[in-house]
Amino acid sequence: MTSPAATAGVAMASPAEMLRFATAGSVDDGKSTLIGRLLFDTKTLFTDQLAAVEAVSAARGDEYTDLALLTDGLRAEREQGITIDVAYRYFATPRRKFIIADTPGHIQYTRNMVTGASTADLALILVDARNGLVEQSRRHAFLCTLLRVPHLVLCVNKMDLVDWSEQVFEQIAGEFSAFATKLAAPDLSVIPISALHGDNIVTRSAHMPWYEGPSLLHHLEHVHVASDRNLVDVRFPVQCVIRPQSNAVRDYRGYAGQVASGVLKPGDEVMVLPSGLTTTIASIDTADGPVPEAFPPMSVTVRLADELDVSRGDLICRPHNAPSVTQDIDAMICWLDGARPLAPGTKYTIKHTTRSARAVVRDLYYRLDVNTLHRDESAESLRLNEIGRVRLRTTVPLLADEYRRNRTTGGFIVIDEQTNRTVGAAMIV
Amino acid sequence: MSAGYRVSHLEALEAESIFVIREVVAELERPALLFSGGKDSVVMLRLAQKAFAPAAVPFPVLHVDTGHNFPEVIAFRDQQVAGFGLQLIVASVPEALETGLVHEPVDGSRNRIQTPVLLAAVEKYRFNALFGGARRDEEKARAKERVFSFRDEFGQWDPKNQRPELWSLYNGRHHPGESIRVFPLSNWTELDVWHYLAAEEIPLPAIYFAHEREVVERDGMLYGVNEFLPARPGEQPRVRRVRYRTVGDASCTAAVPSEAATIEQVIAEVAATRITERGATRGDDRVSEAAMEDRKREGYF
Repeated sequence: MTSPAATAGVAMASPAEMLRFATAGSVDDGKSTLIGRLLFDTKTLFTDQLAAVEAVSAARGDEYTDLALLTDGLRAEREQGITIDVAYRYFATPRRKFIIADTPGHIQYTRNMVTGASTADLALILVDARNGLVEQSRRHAFLCTLLRVPHLVLCVNKMDLVDWSEQVFEQIAGEFSAFATKLAAPDLSVIPISALHGDNIVTRSAHMPWYEGPSLLHHLEHVHVASDRNLVDVRFPVQCVIRPQSNAVRDYRGYAGQVASGVLKPGDEVMVLPSGLTTTIASIDTADGPVPEAFPPMSVTVRLADELDVSRGDLICRPHNAPSVTQDIDAMICWLDGARPLAPGTKYTIKHTTRSARAVVRDLYYRLDVNTLHRDESAESLRLNEIGRVRLRTTVPLLADEYRRNRTTGGFIVIDEQTNRTVGAAMIV
Repeated sequence: MSAGYRVSHLEALEAESIFVIREVVAELERPALLFSGGKDSVVMLRLAQKAFAPAAVPFPVLHVDTGHNFPEVIAFRDQQVAGFGLQLIVASVPEALETGLVHEPVDGSRNRIQTPVLLAAVEKYRFNALFGGARRDEEKARAKERVFSFRDEFGQWDPKNQRPELWSLYNGRHHPGESIRVFPLSNWTELDVWHYLAAEEIPLPAIYFAHEREVVERDGMLYGVNEFLPARPGEQPRVRRVRYRTVGDASCTAAVPSEAATIEQVIAEVAATRITERGATRGDDRVSEAAMEDRKREGYF
């Protein structure tokens, strides 16, 4: 694909990179105001959207326009004045395109926060400067770390209500940094803001000359995410086999997939799992022609030099750098289902990369209190929004990495075999 | 592309969409792609072609034809189908009106009666997955929809009871009679679609570009006068320079005033606009605050 900027000049330049971030916090922390502000200041909030929100707000008799209505898209959410589900919002600057996964903050929505964090490059946690860190802030930080979101940003909001006090900010920042260090959070920034007045959102605030860091938008535009990808461990889960039924390309046989990690090149010696057979990469194809290398997140078709039996669910890696091939899996699991709790002895279907298997829960080691991090080893089940450590036995081997090393080959979902619902999210340890 | 192993955001979106399309074909036996000739479905078709190249697209395209068409768009649809050797299935609202499956609504808009016609086609051909070109940036109910969106045996969407969707692990499991709607363009914006159309040099129906058209102004929107949308008594049709931002039913899709005759000009216009595409062009979304959610619950696209 040619880049649009190259074909049509600066007038139609599109942003260079994509950044996905999750926001955590509640309406009280000013999260909706912050998102509304980001959209408004980047000219992404449209006048008809704003007019619709203003009309609904006015009809309800709100004293001010409730920007939460922008993201609370469902009838039930509007009626109850709560955010139920993850909402995705989009905005762009000349530097980057942003995808926001806006997640509700309360504990009963841990499920949604885990969902939003699972694909995020960065998580934005909000606290109210007047209240400082609360239980919820610690929980958000823990969940983001559990999901290995590479960058954390703590926004200390409502600085206008604490007289722009450096002391208040420093105390919250210090306390949060200490907690984040304990969690081994990868990268943390702390920014004092006022979402309502726009301080430190797009431009640096004149009210807080003592703060020498970047504005929030500047940080979002410049935080270095390219190196977050794992370019070391070659992992290519096969999605499907491309075998055209046409005379023009009769002998074509390619393995289609999206590179999970590592860099693949033609000529590389590779191993196919679970068979363990080795061969070399003959070519890496795309619809626009062959490419000299493939790396995440590219979707390509790999052709191999030898005819091997390769099918969906297999994985291409390097002979001396392979994931574990195992039927015994230890994982941290977040339970997402309100109907039936997870209990040892139960059988489920799991989906891990492009491979599905059945699994039985052999053991529940402990349930983790997401607020205190206390481990309850007497726990006998995990209910909705609870997190615990389990051991599973699978019917077929998984080609598994530790989640901390690889978010794609380290995560899997758990599916209820009767309802077909996604009931658990698991991270291999 | 390899400098620092970076990809542009369009390349990242393309890769994600191709992954989604391949997952569907790998896991669901009978998919079809909803194809209207509109820009989003055109992009989706291109992505499907890329996903399986050099093999052919391994599923048919399905057009729900309200009978209220822009002739340029139907001509474009047929040209695409013939050019790419696709299998086209038309689910016809006029035929359904004849058989009595649906009845002509009193307000003349066939928007809502598309749904039973679509669901009847799904049943007839036993499709268990339908690719739709809807994007989350279009509308607030859509902002909450999954990439793999489960439909019960009545084709209904239950927004409060959606499957959590984590990482890129899509759950397409369903019982017989149930189905999955799949939205490969979920994370694309209107501007992304236009940038991609430009980068890939993908042709579009001419009505997407500025042209002279006889229009009437109604509820603050400009509607092209045609056999399905005649001027009402007292309305004065005027010739204006307009283009269509979306292509839908000719009886309820409005045009916007525009001078954008080339794709570059359209991109500049879309980048500068302060009104959403549905807000600017769709009479059907103005019915209520939750019009889209209500239609989607019934099985709409």
